[in-house]
Amino acid sequence: MKLVLNVNGSDRMLELEDRTSLLDALRDGVGLKGTHAGCEHGVCGTCTVLLDGEAVRSCLMLAAQAEGHAVTTIEGVTPGPGELSIVQDSFVETHGMQCGYCTPGMVLTAIALLRDNPAPTRDEIVEAISGNLCRCTGYGQIVEAIALAAERLQRSNTP
Amino acid sequence: MTVQLQPPFRYVGHKRRVREDRRFVAGGGHFAADLVLAGMLHCAPVQSEHPAARIVGIDASAALALPGVHAVLTGAQLAAASEPLMNGANTPLVVRYPLAVGQVRYAGEWVAMVVAESRALAEDARELVRVEYEQLPFVTDGEAAIATDAPLVHPPHGSNVLLDRRFVWGPVAERFAAAPRKLAYRVRWARSSTVPLETFAVTAQWDASQDVLDVWASIQMPKFPDQIARSLRLPGNAVRVHYDVDVGGSYGVKRGIKHAVLVGHLARVLGRPVRLVEDRLENMTGGDMQGPERVFDVELAYDDDGRVHAMKMRALDNVGAYAGRSPFQLGKPIGAIVGPYAIEAVEYHALAVASNKTPQEAVRGFGQAPTNYALETGIDQVAAALGLDRLEVRRRNFIRADQFPYLIPSGTTYDSGNYHGLLEKTVAVADLFAERDALRAQGLLAGVGIAACLEPSGGNSSFEPLLNPANRTTTWMESCRLHVDGLGGITAAMHTTTSGQAHETLVSVAVAEVLEIPPERIRVIRPDSLASLPSNSPVGSRMAIMLGGAAVRAAQKLRAQLLAIAAHDLGVSPLELRYSEGDVHAADGRKLTWQELVVIAHREYFRLPLGMEPGLSASSIYMVPTGGALPKDDKVQMYPCHSFEFHYILVAMDRVLCRPQIRRYIIGHDCGQVISPDVVKGMTLGGIAHGIGAALLEEFSIDAQTGQPTAASFMDYLLPSAHEVPHVEIVHQTTPSPLTVFGQKGSGESGYLGSPAAIAGAINDALAPHGVRVDQLPMRPALLSDLLEGTHT
Repeated sequence: MKLVLNVNGSDRMLELEDRTSLLDALRDGVGLKGTHAGCEHGVCGTCTVLLDGEAVRSCLMLAAQAEGHAVTTIEGVTPGPGELSIVQDSFVETHGMQCGYCTPGMVLTAIALLRDNPAPTRDEIVEAISGNLCRCTGYGQIVEAIALAAERLQRSNTP
Repeated sequence: MTVQLQPPFRYVGHKRRVREDRRFVAGGGHFAADLVLAGMLHCAPVQSEHPAARIVGIDASAALALPGVHAVLTGAQLAAASEPLMNGANTPLVVRYPLAVGQVRYAGEWVAMVVAESRALAEDARELVRVEYEQLPFVTDGEAAIATDAPLVHPPHGSNVLLDRRFVWGPVAERFAAAPRKLAYRVRWARSSTVPLETFAVTAQWDASQDVLDVWASIQMPKFPDQIARSLRLPGNAVRVHYDVDVGGSYGVKRGIKHAVLVGHLARVLGRPVRLVEDRLENMTGGDMQGPERVFDVELAYDDDGRVHAMKMRALDNVGAYAGRSPFQLGKPIGAIVGPYAIEAVEYHALAVASNKTPQEAVRGFGQAPTNYALETGIDQVAAALGLDRLEVRRRNFIRADQFPYLIPSGTTYDSGNYHGLLEKTVAVADLFAERDALRAQGLLAGVGIAACLEPSGGNSSFEPLLNPANRTTTWMESCRLHVDGLGGITAAMHTTTSGQAHETLVSVAVAEVLEIPPERIRVIRPDSLASLPSNSPVGSRMAIMLGGAAVRAAQKLRAQLLAIAAHDLGVSPLELRYSEGDVHAADGRKLTWQELVVIAHREYFRLPLGMEPGLSASSIYMVPTGGALPKDDKVQMYPCHSFEFHYILVAMDRVLCRPQIRRYIIGHDCGQVISPDVVKGMTLGGIAHGIGAALLEEFSIDAQTGQPTAASFMDYLLPSAHEVPHVEIVHQTTPSPLTVFGQKGSGESGYLGSPAAIAGAINDALAPHGVRVDQLPMRPALLSDLLEGTHT
């Protein structure tokens, strides 16, 4: 089937098998490798992307279901080549990652959280990322990163 | 002998951003599954549905008839074209190939590999492969497998016992005869693993015009290229493994040798790049990445003061269907078999048993965490038997700081430690016993958990010759190469993959410390295996010590070369020169800057000392600092360095649901001189989370009637989420190792080595008022609740 996916602000014309998941469409069709496959059954959150700003699991959606919506991947939240957004930079500042495999999903989940709740408590951060598994960090420095990002975003002029 | 650099340090130990993070946070990591090669084909395995069966026939005709399907490789075909995978134990008749040959030995074993134009097509095609089986009797329980009438997993081997070694270190019988008190107990450690979020992924491409097999793999594996070459009957220099792949977590298990041999073979015979990326089900069942599964039977001989004098430990490990390196996981703990305690004599019986389960692979700590759980259970039981405080029993048994270096009965000398000091610092943070009693007063079950344990680090492979005398490998090195280009830029090469341990940051900081140049100015690369010096990969909590050591050595050589150039050019002795931040100063005020020295080295040969080679480069192949002696009298120096961790935790649960909640988690941690604080912190927190999984949630359960795995997805194999992992309070202590370049020790396994023991201790403390205890992991709510239910009457 042919479809148009709006990814990171650009329309992409794709020709895919009907059964292609959004995850596979992003990785293999669009060629954006920052979205990763973890469990492919909706538990681990590694494949998280934003759909109209909401964090969703790209492994549980067909690409066709994303047509007509705005898809944001990790590549779409970087302000420019070599630059980092405030949330990304906060993850680096606290070392909120190790192997980096779950990191794009975590960052996008954090962005979705902070958009809805600019000053989350620790419990609210934990709740928000509880659907994203990380096997390296034990979550401590991820929670610190999101708290730091919230604090910085509140002090900044740009989203 | 290592010359140790002394603090204060310029970069070592200071908070600094982790350089790897910048690419990961932008989605810029280069993981194995990200690679796209023109013409690449995709694999899907056909997996055994039986735990044991003879393969009567494989009919792939319908699969091969699908357009776009290129091959269906069977075990018989692969076995004819390759050598078996390497065995660790001395079990030549336990033969293993990447695909089952003639017989399947566990449910999930790969029987055939389908190769097609896309992964989806390969999955479609595998549904069409018809395998005819003749079912055979099977055994999945480790203890049942050693019974004389048990079905044999490998009939030619004649038994299911893969390793059976007894060691007696010191006067065990005498100490037991003399001891006024003894106790015996059994604990079980269930099969769990590290379960990285990235499954195994490997792509191989054969270049027929150069006779080179290129391999990109998600691996953490010593001697990986050698093993592929040996199995595929290729010269070592015909396999080029690309170490610049980022590995999406490993913590021991990403060995991937069967995956790489198989894909390498397919790439050669098909003449196209071939890729295999496991899906989660394949990973959980046939990925061969499950960890130790142990039954410990322990006896302790102790006195009325709670001093433990001798221990007898039998460890039976159900290693699954093939041997691999897994039996060695019974060997590594020998290097810390007495933990932090001054136990004088030990008998150790290591038994590795084959069964019809997924083969076992190396897991974080290489068998140390289960052993620590067994030992710590005993220390708690000594305290209970005597009515003594568990902290006090530990104080009485700890090796004292003035006793280091300390030789333990099994032949390892502990480098340094201050166990009493860290215990006191940690318990000073809070009175968890008072907090426990307050929770109990609220009607909750509550318990304090304590675990004291070592992290042997700086990994060698001394357990190999100790357990298998036919194996005389004791060399275990790590390497680093430095190059200064013609413009003065520094590039450092490390020679293995990396899976989240921030090795590039480590190298840059170590080199920067010696050259007195900011780490940010040093590029760190990971060339392919043909452009690399020897490495043994990031196993055995070794890289801070070994890669750090190699980086420092190489930098010191480079610095010496700079001084020699300057001395010649200035006409003075190198001893009269002072190196500072890249420049070299003479006593009379003259100096040569870094850029001037680079120009001399690269362009002005006439200014170089006679006979000195041009350019600026240096390398080091750094050996484990305790050397490589063979075992003698069943004793050997295992790992060189010994980090220490002291867990002090509070667990509460309600009486009905019995869901343990960790209310406080305090850990004292001493890994010598810390190099990158954020990295060490992350390792410790991550290790604790992993231990929480092993203690409370994770188990590769199996249905005993059918031999089928019952935890093969993340719906039923439960990984800790942010909800299950508490805030952790870390207490630091620094006891430098005398053996390493900065006094550093390892921290890659920290947290995990003691958290299961601490959690088990806390739960048993919570249960103690009710007169019951649990000595098996994981301690799931249903288990605890059923146990308490029986106490209601």
